Amino acid sequence: MSAKNHCNCARVDEEDLYPKLEEMIAQHKGKPTELIMALHKAQNLFGYLPKKAQELISERLNVPISTVCGVISFYSFFSTVPKGRHTVKVCLGTACYVRGGQQTLKKVEKELNTKVGSTTEDRRYSVDIVRCIGACGLAPAVLVDKDVYGRVKSTKLMDILGKYE
Amino acid sequence: MNAIKAQINHMEVEVQEGTTILDAAKKVGFTIPTLCHHADLKPQGSCGICVVEVEGFPAMKRACMTEMVNGWKIHTNSARVRAVRKTLLELILSNHEMDCPICIKNNACELQRLAATLGMTTLKYPQNFQKKKIDNTSVAIVRNPNKCILCGRCVQVCTEIQTVNALALSMRGFNTVITDAFDAGLGNSVCVNCGQCIVYCPVGALYEKSCVDKVWEVINDPGKHVVVQEAPAVRATLGEEFGMEPGSLVSGKMHATLRRMRFDAVFDTNFAADLTILEEGTEIVDRVKNGGKLPVITSCSPGWIKFMETFYPHLSEYVSTAKSPQQMFGALSKTYYSEIKGIPPEKIVSVSVMPCTAKKFECNRPEMNSSRYQDVDYVLTTREIARMMKEAGIDLKEMPDEPADDPMGEYSGAATIFGVTGGVMEAALRSAYFLITGKELEDLDILPVRGMEGVKEAEIDVNGLKLKVAVAHGLGNARKILDKVSTQLKNEGKSEYHIIEIMACPGGCVGGGGQPWGSNMARRARRGETLLKEDKSLPYRRSHENPSIKAIYEKYLEQPNSKKAHHLLHTHYYKRSKVDGKVILDT
Repeated sequence: MSAKNHCNCARVDEEDLYPKLEEMIAQHKGKPTELIMALHKAQNLFGYLPKKAQELISERLNVPISTVCGVISFYSFFSTVPKGRHTVKVCLGTACYVRGGQQTLKKVEKELNTKVGSTTEDRRYSVDIVRCIGACGLAPAVLVDKDVYGRVKSTKLMDILGKYE
Repeated sequence: MNAIKAQINHMEVEVQEGTTILDAAKKVGFTIPTLCHHADLKPQGSCGICVVEVEGFPAMKRACMTEMVNGWKIHTNSARVRAVRKTLLELILSNHEMDCPICIKNNACELQRLAATLGMTTLKYPQNFQKKKIDNTSVAIVRNPNKCILCGRCVQVCTEIQTVNALALSMRGFNTVITDAFDAGLGNSVCVNCGQCIVYCPVGALYEKSCVDKVWEVINDPGKHVVVQEAPAVRATLGEEFGMEPGSLVSGKMHATLRRMRFDAVFDTNFAADLTILEEGTEIVDRVKNGGKLPVITSCSPGWIKFMETFYPHLSEYVSTAKSPQQMFGALSKTYYSEIKGIPPEKIVSVSVMPCTAKKFECNRPEMNSSRYQDVDYVLTTREIARMMKEAGIDLKEMPDEPADDPMGEYSGAATIFGVTGGVMEAALRSAYFLITGKELEDLDILPVRGMEGVKEAEIDVNGLKLKVAVAHGLGNARKILDKVSTQLKNEGKSEYHIIEIMACPGGCVGGGGQPWGSNMARRARRGETLLKEDKSLPYRRSHENPSIKAIYEKYLEQPNSKKAHHLLHTHYYKRSKVDGKVILDT
């Protein structure tokens, strides 16, 4: 499947996910204190938190929409922009930072033509930063999904990313 | 309750258990400076300015939210305390846009005052903030995040007191902002424009969207005939802007000042308040006598109306269809007044002076054009008209007392108490009694609906007919009564109440979002008593006795709830989204 087709599919699929969301958050209905759990589920379902899902959760849990937005913006785990199929996280912890993490990040942004916190247009990659993943010996480190890559030189970068469709 | 014995700055102090250090210190003569603290709100301790030292504790404690403990030795003004306070304030200032002389809050700013109190003369830290976008989306309220110090008072009042929840804290760390859902702007939110956030903001981060310039422009335009109306509550607060004691009554001085500012006709919203009573009262009597929908809920407060449309749309058919006095006046200024004076309505500019920011939203509602023009063109808050008066070089204090102009200036005592919680109810009952029984109510002071209690209930005997009434002010209090009514209607098909008065702002209009800075519950109460005093002093105390009201029905409107009255003086309501406050469908 080409990346472009996938993109369109994802959009159609999203609407179909709402009945599923209703089902998943049914147990939190009318319970404002369970907001984070509901958001967590929605984020896992959609890969991000679409506006409509936020509104639905606000309504079902009886939490004001302003509070829902405030909570989402507070936690870096939550995202209001669609996530790519793969997440590229460049480590900017102290060790990685001094060994060129910043340059690696710039290269990632340039090659994928996107910015930290955003997703490529084909929804293939999202780019993020992390503050130390405990792989300081491998600095500078990059995390793609759950795989850790060490001593990532900008030359190696595209080979690594290419592995992830 | 146990007594707590402790020492503050070497002075022995004995206080009740549960007393905060802040209050205990005041008792022995020490004022601890505060910034985020407000007498009406629960202490949050967000600013840290009130820190004090307690012997034996390495970390300082926040006086506003720490309760006294037996044996504590507290220091409120030691060198360390003073240094910490200064550092805190410097950090706040480093992230605050300091254009004080042209700031809306200049001379009334709590941050400015604090800097003076702490003796700040220099700044250690350079100004370091990213200029953020000013929220201009609302017709009523402007939010300037560059001034915001993140004390959280506006969020507290919006969520806890008003239960509107338009504002929330968003993001974190240096990026923290106070904003609305999706950062879409207050004009695209559930904000009901009550302006209580403005009242509680210590700095200039929240204020009304001004139309001072536009009003000056029309006053100076010889082709325009500018009429002005002033709401009941303005006469009890405007004096504060000119250094008079809170609670000074300035009805006559206000009329005189407006006349000298060269408004072409100085009328009074109180006239329209009397008219509202006749229209609403007739509706109440009709619904009580003829088995109509009960309870009748008042409709004067535009903050409440948008709140109802958003959160209680199922009650919209219980809300009186009578327009608010402001809008009744607006419609009549371009019809009745236009006709008797022979001035074409397109030449008339209708300006109102209101204690209220929601009135700016109300006058811009698309259905408010019964005169075929926008019925009220510009709404000025009490603060705005005070600025104009100062700009014109007129000192209200020095003005003589003058009456408002005919034919829309005469008013009864019933009208003037519209500005305080319970007032509309009292005014309505005085006339309803007459309309139901044909006799006059003897004792006009209906005490159970007065006072600053959040929800007031009473049973009024109208010649054997028992009317159950309730009065709520502040939208959180309104919720209490509305939830009860909703449940009763759902379960029993009817409610125990006949009439309910709701005002969006605590205290009623005297505590409105457009009133002079420095409102608190105590001050709201004083302003309210002033209106009750004016009521007692007036020759007519029942709306239906007002000769100008009799005249307008004879000459123009025929009778209350006539076809013409309905066209000009009544309205309808919508259902609104709980996400962005926009109209969903016509109910």
